[in-house]
Amino acid sequence: MKPYRLNLMVCAGTGCVANQSYVIKEALEKEILKRGLTAEVQVVATGCNGFCAAGPLLVVQPDGIFYCLLTVKDIPHLVEEHFLKGRPVAKLMFTPPAEKAPIPKMSDINFFNRQLLIALRNRGLIDPTKIDEAIGRGAYTALAKVLTTMTPDQVVAEIKASGLRGRGGGGFPTGVKWETCKKAPGEVHYVICNADEGDPGAFMDRSIIESDPHAVLEGMLIGAYAINSDQGYIYIRQEYPLACERLIIAIRQARDYGLLGKNILGADFSFDVKIARGAGAFVCGEETALIASIEGRAGEPRQRPPYPAQKGVDGKPTVINNVETWANVPLIIEKGADWYASIGTEGSKGTKIFALTGKVNNTGLVEVPMGITLRDIIFDIGGGIRNGRQFKAVQTGGPSGGLLPTELLDLQVDYEQLTEAGSMMGSGGMVVMDEDNCMVDMAKYFLTFTQDESCGKCTPCREGTMRMLQILERIAKGLGREEDIQLLEDLSHFVIDCSLCALGGSAPNPVLTSLRYFRDEYVTHIRDKKCPAHVCRDLNVYTIDPELCLVKGHGCGVCRRQCPDNAVIGEKNQVHKIDQELCKKCGVCLDVCRFDAVKVA
Amino acid sequence: MPKLKIEDLQRIRDEVKRTTLLREGAHRARVNVHMGTCGISAGARKIVDALLKVLEEKNISDVNVTTSGCAGLCSREPMATVEIAGQPPVKYVDLTEDKIRRIFTEHVLGGKILTEFALALGSERTHL
Repeated sequence: MKPYRLNLMVCAGTGCVANQSYVIKEALEKEILKRGLTAEVQVVATGCNGFCAAGPLLVVQPDGIFYCLLTVKDIPHLVEEHFLKGRPVAKLMFTPPAEKAPIPKMSDINFFNRQLLIALRNRGLIDPTKIDEAIGRGAYTALAKVLTTMTPDQVVAEIKASGLRGRGGGGFPTGVKWETCKKAPGEVHYVICNADEGDPGAFMDRSIIESDPHAVLEGMLIGAYAINSDQGYIYIRQEYPLACERLIIAIRQARDYGLLGKNILGADFSFDVKIARGAGAFVCGEETALIASIEGRAGEPRQRPPYPAQKGVDGKPTVINNVETWANVPLIIEKGADWYASIGTEGSKGTKIFALTGKVNNTGLVEVPMGITLRDIIFDIGGGIRNGRQFKAVQTGGPSGGLLPTELLDLQVDYEQLTEAGSMMGSGGMVVMDEDNCMVDMAKYFLTFTQDESCGKCTPCREGTMRMLQILERIAKGLGREEDIQLLEDLSHFVIDCSLCALGGSAPNPVLTSLRYFRDEYVTHIRDKKCPAHVCRDLNVYTIDPELCLVKGHGCGVCRRQCPDNAVIGEKNQVHKIDQELCKKCGVCLDVCRFDAVKVA
Repeated sequence: MPKLKIEDLQRIRDEVKRTTLLREGAHRARVNVHMGTCGISAGARKIVDALLKVLEEKNISDVNVTTSGCAGLCSREPMATVEIAGQPPVKYVDLTEDKIRRIFTEHVLGGKILTEFALALGSERTHL
């Protein structure tokens, strides 16, 4: 096979695909054919590169030239200039906000060079639908190693020594879980990969499966060997069609190669996996609810203990780990526990993937070593806050995490520090907020989600979260009472202490942390009936500055015409005024006025 | 499809590595063929083809063949610059397929500069 002079790595993660990356790929192939470069230049569709904000992305290897925000129109020029004549096209490169010069190389862009890729080691480098490319990058080497040189006990010991902890949210030591399951009596043991990623805005697991499904399969194979299991399940949500498709292809190819099935790699070890599709219930990410769903029962959690490692699927001992956890396993085996344990902090080893979203410039997916500060993630990698606004808070750990303020920006991100601050690692969601976000509103938003997703089996979660949401809603409407803050705190602790599973056990976190770090905002809402960020519209008062309206706007009347409630009064070319009795506080006048004459207070 | 044995993994890895190594940006030498309009009309495409063919024949995956724009000396095209890590780059001029084959074997692989084809030593580097 002749090596290609250039590899065009077209990002085909869900984000870029939604931005037409397959159309870009097709256009590239057409243009390359037209220019007679087919034998020299190869186009490869890869998994997600993580920099979703700049998609569709194209990385040109071996030079690592990074193109972003591509359109089909750019392709003929790009192919002629760069791939034929060798002149990289500056105008298609990434230019950081507030800077003028584009950065040609991927490795020079802060978003990429501050990351450390372990779970995402193959992202952007292989075609996820070709098992050979994964093998070329070292897939199944670790499996060969355990099958030929390690006993199951040694594998468990290695994972234990690495300090790997569950990446799905709980942070339970993976090796200990495996050991418990291994020791649990019974002939049949199961392994499960939890790919029921439910946090809004989080897509770590989806991205791993989309870019490197064999990393997950290999991790599960190693786990199965360690606990003596011959059957595994991958529980993946139906809303991830691309991930499902690539997983199915990967499983088929692995079976063809005998990497799944009987006597894997000629050894006395057999294992296969089944895909179980979830219907998108958030609670099914909880391990006992997930197992219930696999068994065909309603996805509701049950009391623990017994833990799944003791009694899981069909009452048999079951190891259940999240996608990211499984993807870490092969590299730990390959490079050794000491190597892995050298990365991270005292209690949290290795790396963590975060889905960086919200009011940050570079939204996307980042894998960073444990112990990195929030500031580094948000400002260095994330490129700071959009539109030059001020940072206000970051929600870590998904909807059941906590809101952390500016004072905690230098917090080192690991399991312990986040928990101490009242938040959690969770599965790795990270929503950045600026001064235009109201913390009462954010707490309300996250609680709306968890309340909605509560399965309703236990009373504290079902009723408690609903009452809490009602209180937050009335505060946002200006009907809050002095005692509401205390009531919210009491209810929060009650829901946390008495709920059956982690959904209720963590749902009040956004309320508690916003009360802890942004208490003043609650007080202002309740006592002064004001929302400092002007988000809670019922508390806003809209007025028109007569001078600006007349001098700058000449009484243009746009607000009067747009107001759905006829609350704006005034003749053309005259000063306009808002009738507070009629105003329903929709804010349209504020949005449409081009002269900044509409004021909100 | 035959089931894999452990030694097959290594075989696949070696085969695939040959074609994908360049994706990882790893290379010990780089041959840069100048492909401005002048270069193309003087036959630079044949030079690139010849280079890629040599890579294939000799099963070499850590030498990076790239193209760049006109080097400015249009009368001496086709031109190519050989860059070996830690050494000054060498510009070769008036290339033919035979010349580039010799340059590849003797300079890129053998480390001996072919002064008779070279224009100059230590010219500007291509910074990307």
